[in-house]
Amino acid sequence: MKGRIFSVVGGMFLLTVCSKGDGTVQAAPPAAQPAVPTADVSAAGGTITGKVKFTGTAPRNPAIDMSEEAACKAKYKTTPTEENVVAGPANALANVFVYVKAGVPAGQTFTAPTTPVVLDQDGCRYHPHVLGIMVGQPLEILNTDPVLHNIKAIAKANRPFNVSQPTAGMKTTRTFAAPEVMINLECNVHGWMHAYAGVRPDPFFSVSKEDGSFTITGLPPGTYTIEAWHEKFGTQTATVTIAGTETKPANFTFAAH
Amino acid sequence: MTSVAHAKPAGGAHDAHHAPMSFWRKYIFSTDHKIIGIQFLFVSLFFLLVGGLLAMQIRWQLGFPGKPMPGGGILPESMVSGGVILPEYYIQLVTMHGTFMVFFAIMPLLVGVYANFLIPLKIGTHDMAFPRINMWSFWLALLAGLIMLAGFFVPDGAARCGWTMYAPCSARPDLSGATYSQQLWSISIVVLGLSSVMGSVNYITTIINHRAPGMTWFRMPLSVWALFITAILAVLALPVLQGAAIMLLFDQTIGTHFFDPGAGGQPLLWQHLFWFFGHPEVYILILPAMGMVSDIIANGSRKPIFGYHSMVFAIIGIAFLGWIVWGHHMFMSGMNPTLGSTFMVSTLLIAVPSAVKVFNWMGTMWRGNLRFHVPMLNAIGFVSMFTIGGLSGIFMAATPVDIPIHDTQFIVAHLHYVLFGGSLFALFAAIPYWYPKMFGRMMSERIGKLHFFLTFIFYNMTFFPMHIIGMGGQMRRIYDPTIYDFLKPQQPINEFISYSAFALFAVQILFAFNFLWSLKFGKKAPQNPWEDNGMEWSLPNPAPHGNWDKTPNVYRGPYEFSAPEAGDKDYLPQYVKLPTDRDPIPAPLSAGGH
Amino acid sequence: MRWWLPDAGSTFARPIDTLFLAILIITGIALVVVEVGLVTFVIKYRARPGRKAFYTHGSTRAEVIWTAIPAVTMVALGLISNHYWVIMKDKKSIPPNAYHLGVHAKQFEWQVTYPGADEKLGTSDDFTVRNQLHVIVDQPTAVELTAEDVIHSFFVPEWRVKQDAVPGMHITAWFQATKTGEYEIGCAELCGMGHYKMRARVFVHTPDEYKAWVAQQAAGGSE
Repeated sequence: MKGRIFSVVGGMFLLTVCSKGDGTVQAAPPAAQPAVPTADVSAAGGTITGKVKFTGTAPRNPAIDMSEEAACKAKYKTTPTEENVVAGPANALANVFVYVKAGVPAGQTFTAPTTPVVLDQDGCRYHPHVLGIMVGQPLEILNTDPVLHNIKAIAKANRPFNVSQPTAGMKTTRTFAAPEVMINLECNVHGWMHAYAGVRPDPFFSVSKEDGSFTITGLPPGTYTIEAWHEKFGTQTATVTIAGTETKPANFTFAAH
Repeated sequence: MTSVAHAKPAGGAHDAHHAPMSFWRKYIFSTDHKIIGIQFLFVSLFFLLVGGLLAMQIRWQLGFPGKPMPGGGILPESMVSGGVILPEYYIQLVTMHGTFMVFFAIMPLLVGVYANFLIPLKIGTHDMAFPRINMWSFWLALLAGLIMLAGFFVPDGAARCGWTMYAPCSARPDLSGATYSQQLWSISIVVLGLSSVMGSVNYITTIINHRAPGMTWFRMPLSVWALFITAILAVLALPVLQGAAIMLLFDQTIGTHFFDPGAGGQPLLWQHLFWFFGHPEVYILILPAMGMVSDIIANGSRKPIFGYHSMVFAIIGIAFLGWIVWGHHMFMSGMNPTLGSTFMVSTLLIAVPSAVKVFNWMGTMWRGNLRFHVPMLNAIGFVSMFTIGGLSGIFMAATPVDIPIHDTQFIVAHLHYVLFGGSLFALFAAIPYWYPKMFGRMMSERIGKLHFFLTFIFYNMTFFPMHIIGMGGQMRRIYDPTIYDFLKPQQPINEFISYSAFALFAVQILFAFNFLWSLKFGKKAPQNPWEDNGMEWSLPNPAPHGNWDKTPNVYRGPYEFSAPEAGDKDYLPQYVKLPTDRDPIPAPLSAGGH
Repeated sequence: MRWWLPDAGSTFARPIDTLFLAILIITGIALVVVEVGLVTFVIKYRARPGRKAFYTHGSTRAEVIWTAIPAVTMVALGLISNHYWVIMKDKKSIPPNAYHLGVHAKQFEWQVTYPGADEKLGTSDDFTVRNQLHVIVDQPTAVELTAEDVIHSFFVPEWRVKQDAVPGMHITAWFQATKTGEYEIGCAELCGMGHYKMRARVFVHTPDEYKAWVAQQAAGGSE
């Protein structure tokens, strides 16, 4: 009688604890690395580089009224705007996450660097707005503002998290155990704050700069499908073949709508 | 009841009927109601301590928002960062403080301890109707407490949507941030409900069937009446909570949507179910306290309870009305305002039997010959503070006034005045009162008196000002009041409350020390140290296994203090046979005999 | 330092505050009777050698009196309270000329939708502002409360207004602000870790100020 009750209760316990798996369990941070290599620099290997542009007129980024958060508003001389479309000179498109979607030889593993990718909350905005990070690489979230931010990671392949940082100087570190393009990061206290993280198992990714340029290095020989992701304009792919240590171009043009 | 034909050897030799029991059967897996009561006592006092530690952290954050907490470094980064309590930990603190205090401290201290310990003793029988189920009731309560405690140690931390667990927050881990502990909360509650129902079935059956000859209904002490009515409340209310918790568990785990509006569910359904349980629950948390206080005040006044029958009807009235007031927790919930009107009426009415009880306690003390032993001091403290708690409830019962008051610190003040000023002070009275019967020793009167006075002072310093900051608009469960301009001017009061709370907590060391030290070194107790009338005082201290070897007879009511028949003594126990008394006729043989 | 209810800022404040005071007086009297009674008895009836307690089981007359007086008081309180409750909360009590705004509560912000120049909610000139509630003084205003995720509660202390916003429900709360100035909304139902930070600023304008603000929003437009 005792045994039956215990096994029923124990079974209920296990059922609930185990059934809410919505992603792999967070892996422990990787062990210390033997000397270099870091994420995206390798002397040997090919390079894909290019520029991302868009056609049409850039949509206006809405202005952010930060008057509800005086400490953040004070950091700006002109009214800050959202970063949905960050355009550079000659319709260059920044914040495009370009990565190798397919073509990496099967079975090849890459060790994640121990140097963290830093995501800073400053002036009630995320810096950077779009980032790339390797599976197992630490993401160090920093709060430079003297106000509460919460960082909510809306992930599907990874375990979601939601942590708060009520004061300036707080640092929280998280790692992702599975590749995912893209994980949405948002602050619920300041609804305009959004960032995007692309998690990859290899170091072959890059985020386009304000001039639209991106560079992916260290590629072994092979034929690769690379994808460019933009938060508003969607995705585009291209195919590039690398033979040795040459640099191959790949450009993307999105249509602004 | 024991049959007359079943002759027992004299001299406490109930034990002779058992084979000698191992330590485990005697003290750990015991079916003796007294041992079970004592087990509940130790476990519940532990959870009272847990609840108090959580409260101290809450008060640190509210008094000194954002400042690193002393000792914060021992807690993990997910809860406390650089010594500063994080917002997600703060809401765990308020949730678990309420949960532990209501379900694992006050309820088991009042019911698990005293229903178990007192009922058979006070009605003159040897144990509960179902001793083994009684044992299960304790072990399930302990299991439930451990499951709840586990919430702090699972990934993401403890449950955090308030002890009231409103859905959808509680049903959706993506919205609350707590992946596992919300489920653990639900499971723990289901297990605890089982414990409660098992216990209640025992209490009800034992009182109905096993009263000693002469123990008529209206000769039962008010403590037993209160525990009886409480048991009826529990057996009807806890299953509702269990049902709701199971529905919540299903929403959390297997994809049902009872409370999820996106799929046709209703968040308000949780509130109705929870409070349909929750309001009878608060009467479960106060009625036993009232009952024991009645016994103690009559004893301390050396007078019968004033208006014994009214007191019984008041208990029944409170219990009955308690079923139809639950909506007063939901005046702002969005339910139909007409329901608000009906619940207001029933809620205002329930003030009446409570007032009747307060006046009767005063009537008991009036023209008494008052002895201020520690239990009496705490019982008087109960009356004075329960009055404040009850009166503050009237503000919220008046629905328009509830609009600014609901979900502010005013409510927090009210609930602490009835639960701490009420129930906990009643426990500070009951524990030393029946300590000799449990352990054969007395707790120290000197330490007890010091504890009472210091607790009374710091208690009021802590909780009375909460009425004021609640009126000023300070909402419940907020991590940092200074975010709001309208709350900044009140922050000094928050600081004052926190300092008072720290002092209040520190003073409880006196009680803890007194309780533990007296177990071994307390003065050996005489058989009837309080010169009380209850049946339990006819037994040696501590009361032996099986209580009486021969079923006792009951000759009078429970409060015959200063009766003329008592002669030069000012008390006349229920079990004393005077020359003018006739033996009561034993009840027909029942199957419940030993 | 604040010791009392917030300054009255709406037409509801006066009846609520008066009712509050009335209850305070009634309960205050009861409190004094009980506490002074207890203290008196503690002193007067303390045990002394040679004293005996007065043996009585009670008094039916006393029971009737102290049951009837509280009962009558409570019934009276209920009737008066209900009169105002209906005015404040009943859907039929919302003035037909009330100015409607949409207030959508979500973790952890208040999204206020304004009806724009046509003063009708649900049309194309509506605009939504985060964490700012702008209303017109002396104008009955109705906020249509919705919630995105969990239960929140709309609370402006000076207006004596509080109403839960429940996901899946559309609840209207009305009020009439009587003083211009700046106030705050606090969330009054635990809604997650950011519950304490769910603050919005409230601006009570003269009609002209309000019109000017609406025009400025239509032109500049911030999020």
